[in-house]
Amino acid sequence: MYVAVKGGERAIENAHRLLANARRGDQSVAEVSLDQISEQLGLAVDRVMSEGSLYDRELAALAIKQARGDLIEAIFLVRAFRATLPRFGASEPVDTGAMRVQRRVSSTFKDIPGGQILGPTFDYTHRLLDPSLGQGFVPEAPAVAEASTAPTPRVTDILGRDGLIETSPRAEDGASVGDLTREPLNFPADRDLRLQNLARGDEGFLLAMGYSTQRGYGRNHPFAGEIRFGEVEVEFVAEDVGFAVPLGSIELTECQMVNQFKGSATEAPCFTRGYGLAFGQSERKTMSMALVDRALRARELGEEVGAPAQDEEFVLSHSDNVQATGFVEHLKLPHYVDFQSELGLLRKLRKEFAETSAEANGPAAMKEAAE
Amino acid sequence: MTQHNTQQAQRQAAMAVLAHAEAGEIAARLRTISLPGHQELREPENGLVMLRGRVGGDGAPFNLGEATVSRAAVRLASGEVGFGYTLGRDGEKARLIALCDALVQSRDFGGLVERDVIAPLREQLMIRRKQAAEETAATKVDFYTMVRGEG
Repeated sequence: MYVAVKGGERAIENAHRLLANARRGDQSVAEVSLDQISEQLGLAVDRVMSEGSLYDRELAALAIKQARGDLIEAIFLVRAFRATLPRFGASEPVDTGAMRVQRRVSSTFKDIPGGQILGPTFDYTHRLLDPSLGQGFVPEAPAVAEASTAPTPRVTDILGRDGLIETSPRAEDGASVGDLTREPLNFPADRDLRLQNLARGDEGFLLAMGYSTQRGYGRNHPFAGEIRFGEVEVEFVAEDVGFAVPLGSIELTECQMVNQFKGSATEAPCFTRGYGLAFGQSERKTMSMALVDRALRARELGEEVGAPAQDEEFVLSHSDNVQATGFVEHLKLPHYVDFQSELGLLRKLRKEFAETSAEANGPAAMKEAAE
Repeated sequence: MTQHNTQQAQRQAAMAVLAHAEAGEIAARLRTISLPGHQELREPENGLVMLRGRVGGDGAPFNLGEATVSRAAVRLASGEVGFGYTLGRDGEKARLIALCDALVQSRDFGGLVERDVIAPLREQLMIRRKQAAEETAATKVDFYTMVRGEG
């Protein structure tokens, strides 16, 4: 248990001053601007927005700067900021089918309507460090080609037309959408709450959980049916205005996993699915999320449940890196009182142990031990 | 379509353009119009909107995460009330959108604001989107499957 302590104000103040200097680093080196972080460390900004659960590039860039590049600290800062603002309401659900795609790949079909679009990707790069980036690199202008106006339907919608894949669960009439920022998470949790939890969950944790399913701990035989990244429009029904107000657009990544099929005496076999959605270009995150989402459906789909990734309480209780870091890092704070009582107990036990041993072994043994 | 619906569609179309413009761009366009008297009905205020997705992209809604949103309301001396909502924390932008929304509804200024503010901003937005779409299109790939040989 952590017990409040007093004192140390001066040292704390000086430590923060020292931190401000360490954050700035060598002052003969140019200071990094928020625009630079947002433009040139864009994927770090995307991660902080996703796991900070707040879409605001500028705030995420500020948090990254303030946190000296420690992304979990930055996520913590964004979550804390979020708590200071009133909530106007909830948006209309975004339509990822109408996304202006900047990237869209499918590992299940090579010919998909609208085509496979690589977009800005690390895929197929050689992962060799590029020294020219350290010396004022100016990239060649992007190549252009005639843009198609053909729609880019979701691959799962195409599979769905033939009944080859399960349909997405519909909302029950009048059902409210669960919100774990308003009510604490209870188990079993519905899919809406699970997805909200995973969407803000730690990428590293989800990556490890997803990976574990591939390695056999809750295998569900996934294919990346589709991964798409791009811009979607956001609309908000503002009561004072009286209609759905366009708010602008956000960038999202969506992953549709297509998984092992399932059927029953009454239903023809069809592929099952797992879903991932996150702010910005967050491909690893959404793929991991989709794997874990599918693993967490094991019970619903009548599969044997035993692997960690299938354990809802385990996954959802440990996915949040702000909660996790809070509990792990609180061990640094003074625990003097707690530790003193443990120390007292340990001394007592050792004394008892010494006395019992002395009685059992007699004075000779006692003498020997003393030597 | 009723007149009310037509006006609502016009207002939504204008907002859809304005939300994508910078405050400075909107202000610069508005300076070309001699504006009628107006007052702030609601000062710009920052808050959050919970963004929702759908399970599987097309299923039941779920809460994805929040976004910052700024909002404002403006009333023209002639009575029209305009609302401004936009992603981000730029209160001035929300105020300018609200002013434009009020002008769109005005008999005297509706045509003018569409011609001198909304239309040029829409054109700029379309040019930006076309450029992005062409850059994206250049990365379209045709994978072909190698036929596996026997043995």
